[in-house]
Order: sequence, then structure tokens, then C-alpha cells
Amino acid sequence: MLMRGSHVIAESAIRAGCRFYAGYPITPQNELTEYMAGAMAKVSDATFIQAESEIAAINMVLGAAMTGARAMTSSSSPGLSLKQEGISFLAASELPAVIINTMRGGPGLGNIAPAQGDYFQATKGGGHGDYHSIVLAPASGQEQADLTVKAFECADRYRSPVIILIDGMMGQMMEPVILPEPIDPRSLPPKSYILNGASQRPSRFIKSLILDTRDMEEHNWKLQRKYESITRDLILHESYLTNDANLVVIAYGTAARIAKGAIKRVREMGLKVGLLRPISLYPFPKGAIVELSRIVKHFLVFEMSTGQMVEDVKLSLEGRSKVHFYGRPGGIISTPDEISKVISSLYYRQNLEEEQ
Amino acid sequence: MEKKVFERPKLLKKAVFHYCPGCGHSILHRLIAEIIEELDIAHKVVGVPPAGCAVLAYDYLDIDMGESPHGRCAAVATGIKRSLPDRVVFTYQGDGDIAAIGTAETIHAANRGENITTIFVNNGCYGMTGGQMAPTTLIGQNSSTTPGGRDYARDGAPIDLSEMLALTKGSVYIERTTVNSPANIRKTKRAITRAFKIQMAGLGFSLVEVLSPCPTNWKMNTVDSCKWIEETITKTYPLKVIKDTVGDKIQ
Repeated sequence: MLMRGSHVIAESAIRAGCRFYAGYPITPQNELTEYMAGAMAKVSDATFIQAESEIAAINMVLGAAMTGARAMTSSSSPGLSLKQEGISFLAASELPAVIINTMRGGPGLGNIAPAQGDYFQATKGGGHGDYHSIVLAPASGQEQADLTVKAFECADRYRSPVIILIDGMMGQMMEPVILPEPIDPRSLPPKSYILNGASQRPSRFIKSLILDTRDMEEHNWKLQRKYESITRDLILHESYLTNDANLVVIAYGTAARIAKGAIKRVREMGLKVGLLRPISLYPFPKGAIVELSRIVKHFLVFEMSTGQMVEDVKLSLEGRSKVHFYGRPGGIISTPDEISKVISSLYYRQNLEEEQ
Repeated sequence: MEKKVFERPKLLKKAVFHYCPGCGHSILHRLIAEIIEELDIAHKVVGVPPAGCAVLAYDYLDIDMGESPHGRCAAVATGIKRSLPDRVVFTYQGDGDIAAIGTAETIHAANRGENITTIFVNNGCYGMTGGQMAPTTLIGQNSSTTPGGRDYARDGAPIDLSEMLALTKGSVYIERTTVNSPANIRKTKRAITRAFKIQMAGLGFSLVEVLSPCPTNWKMNTVDSCKWIEETITKTYPLKVIKDTVGDKIQ
């Protein structure tokens, strides 16, 4: 089916059993909310609410998650800033939710063009306290469908907020997609923690206030152990032409697609360049990068920002290889031609032709 | 033959209240436990406590409860109620929670006619944080951030949140009561019971505002606090049914 990305995510969410959506209008992701409004109305047990604010939307999702519903909200950069309170509470209360961020140029109100300036916010917690969200970054229509399903599964499995990080390019772009098979959320395994009235069982509460410092410490370590298991199990990445590469570009989402086009161009010129595309941004594919560094001595990180993921690449490599960076912030979409020139210039400057 | 005429509500956990002597929260918790028991809805009730003194309500009430970020109770309750429409969902919020940081969530939940019940505990100050000015602090009333008294020119006037909520189409029942005397406690119990019954009949948004003593932050003893509610606070916040479009449909 030929569909735009924002519709793919919305339709895939419903097919993955999402039965609660709350959102607030913000460009460039209104198509997602509008699709949900129409499609959720056709599902008998589903709720769509246009919330009065981004904060209300995420807190409605918090409430729905407490009842065990598969719940989702979506927004774009400034809206995500507002949602951070709720995301911190979701993480602290160990509640599942899926949050879509169609990133735009920033900071502040910025603009509505595709950008990747929210990497830090998404992967490093974003709200207050020691926590992470799982962060997935699709780079095609099909991947938006597949990762939306995966996002709901991971949210439930790890009782954690999951952020899908795209931009207006991903959201608007139309590609042929095979949509996931619809599931009935009632067929999902029951959740042990939900609030639905203390019938035939002791009463429960869900909270994030832990006044005792020792208990709070243990709760933090408990979350941390969860992140360690997420890091063991959930890393996703794509390697493209890395086997013989002297230089590997690292990019995600829209930037990775541009980089792929650039790599095709420089490969025609005989340059041995590959791409490593992180699909999960948290957990970060550190192992794959370290593995590559045994042969590859130069990495080029390309982001549609002033350089955020590049810090995780450097932390992964711990000085093992040289890390170069090229980025264009503010909603500028580099062309494959532009990136191919950056790659070839770096390649010759470092004399990588000689590195065989 | 001895007959038991008074006992601890079954839905009140055997925990010692952390509330200060003379605080209204303990009375209200007890009333809520009694009401849920009497309506026989413990198996289908979900409460949403706020940030503030009453955040620990789940330590006392033996019912399902989900903690909300400060002020967001009405949004959280919306998410719960829409997912489980046949459950009885209530929020329990202080004046700072509902009338300052959570104004938007509250007004819009009421305006959507969310079929939930809100218990709005108005003690005219931020109790947990040490008695700062609340949106409901009276003109001239001392607080830790209005030394010398709340000044209209500087701080604005006490907000009439319940009256504002009554303007929304979705609200059906709003009453202001207090817990400063046995008679008023009984009236409060009747009001909250009515609010729950309205929700159970699916009629729309209901709210009971309860003027509640905070002797610690008012720097008064309990008796004076109760008297101050009677003689002073009710001049700004009169006890009355502010809105009731339900009428005889619910007895």
C-alpha cells in the first residue's frame, strides 16, 4: 500500500492494538493526529482525544497506561519539551507508552523543516531524573510500520516509554508499505500492575513518589538494571557496505538515507565507504561501532544538527578511531551530492586510498 | 445486647495518618472510605491523588489509586475513565493543584463533560511545601510568600474556580461544603455521595469543593481554624450548591 509515513505509523499503531490516543495540533505531524481521529472512530473500544495541551495529552496517556491500554501520543519538538514531565513519570512509574516525535528545526519555536536536534532530549532521558526512554529511528515507510509494532511490544515488555524519532521528511514521504496484521489487544497477556478496581484482589497503587532515600536508590538501580537488559537485547542497526570500508559514515533516519545516496556515488568513484545506521538510538549500537573500529580508523558522523549522536559515537570508540563530523542544523536537508563531496574530501585528506 | 454504632471503615488501611492535627484530609479520607463502602463500589473505583499533602492517599485508602503529576489529575483521570468507562474514577486535589498548575486540565475535563468526580480540597495555601500563597488564599491572609497578607494589587484575588467550572457545559453538579463541624461533615458526605452517584449514572462532570482547615500553616489551633472557616473563609467562598442540572434524577 502506498502511504505517507505519518499515516503508516498511525495505522500500524492501531493494528498493533493501540486503543488510546491523545494529541495536540502541531506541525509537521498533524496528519498523524488527523488519521488517528478518523481511524480510531471506526474501532469500537478505542479513544481519540484532542487534548487541550501537550501536557494534558501525555498525562491522558499516563492514565490510559495505568489501565493497561496500549496508548500513544505524538508531537513535534516544542511539544516534546512540554511532554517531558509525563515521560519522566511514565519511566518512574514503569508504565508503557509510545510517543512519536516528528522533529523539526529548533531550538525554541524554530521552524517546521526536518531536523535531528532532539537526539539528546530523546536518548538521554529528556525529563528530570535518572531514566531513559527506548528510542527507535526508522528510515523508511516499511520501517515506520515495523518499528511502530515493535515500539508497542517493547513498551509492554519493558514497561517503559518508547519514543519513535522521525522528522517531517519521514512523516510526509510516501512509500509502498506492507502493513502489519491487526491484533486484538484483548488477546495480549494480562498485565499484573494495572488499575481497574480492586475486584477479587488486593488494591493496587501506581506511584513515583518514594520518600525513603534507600528505597529511591533501589528504585533507580532497578530502572538501571532494566536499561542494562534493554541494552543487551534491543540494539538494532543496519550495516551497508562496511565489509571492505576504510571510512564508515554513521547516520540515522533521514540523514542515513541521504548518506546512503552519497555512498553510492563515492563507491562509483572507487572509494571504499560504508554506512552504519543506528536503528535503535537508545540503546545505542556501541558494540557494532567498536567491532568496526578494529579495521576502520575513520568514522564520519552525519547529522541534521550541530552534532549530538557524534558524542555517543566518541563515547563508544573511546579513542580507538578518529571521529569526524558533518552536520547541517535548522532544517537544512543536505543533498546526497553535498554529502558525497564531504566524504570524498575527507577520504583524500586522510589518504584513505593507501589504507588497505 | 451491645450494638456497634461506630467503627473504622474497612477501606481505611490500618495506617497512622501523617496529616497534622486538625487537618481536614484525615476527615475526608474517612468520608471517602465510608462512601465507597456504602455505595459498594470498591471493586470498580480508581482514585487519582495529587502532588501535595494528599499524595500519600494510597497509603490510607484501600482502593486502586494512580498518582498524577502535579495538577494533571483530571487528564490522568480522563485517560483512566475513557479506557474503563464502567469504573468509578475520582480525583482528589488541593487548591494549588487544581486551581493554579492544573487549571487547564481541570477546566477542559469539565468542559468535555468527562464523567469523573473531583474532590477539591481548598485550604487556602500550599500545605506540603510550607504554606505559600495559593490561588485561593484570601485577601489579607498571611502566607509564607505573602508576608503582611495577600495584596490584591500585587497578588490578584482569590480565584473562584468552582464558579468558573460551573460555566462549562459539561459540568453537571458542583457544590461547596466544609468539614469544620459534625453537621458540615455530614453535608460534605452527602455531597460527595451525590457526586459519585451522578458519575455512576453517567451524567457528566461532578465536583465537590471542600473548605478544609490547615491549622499548621494558618498558625491557628484547630478550634480557631474551624471558626475561621465559618466566619471568614465562607465570606469569600460561600457554602452552596453552585450548579446542579441533575435535580431529582439522583436522590
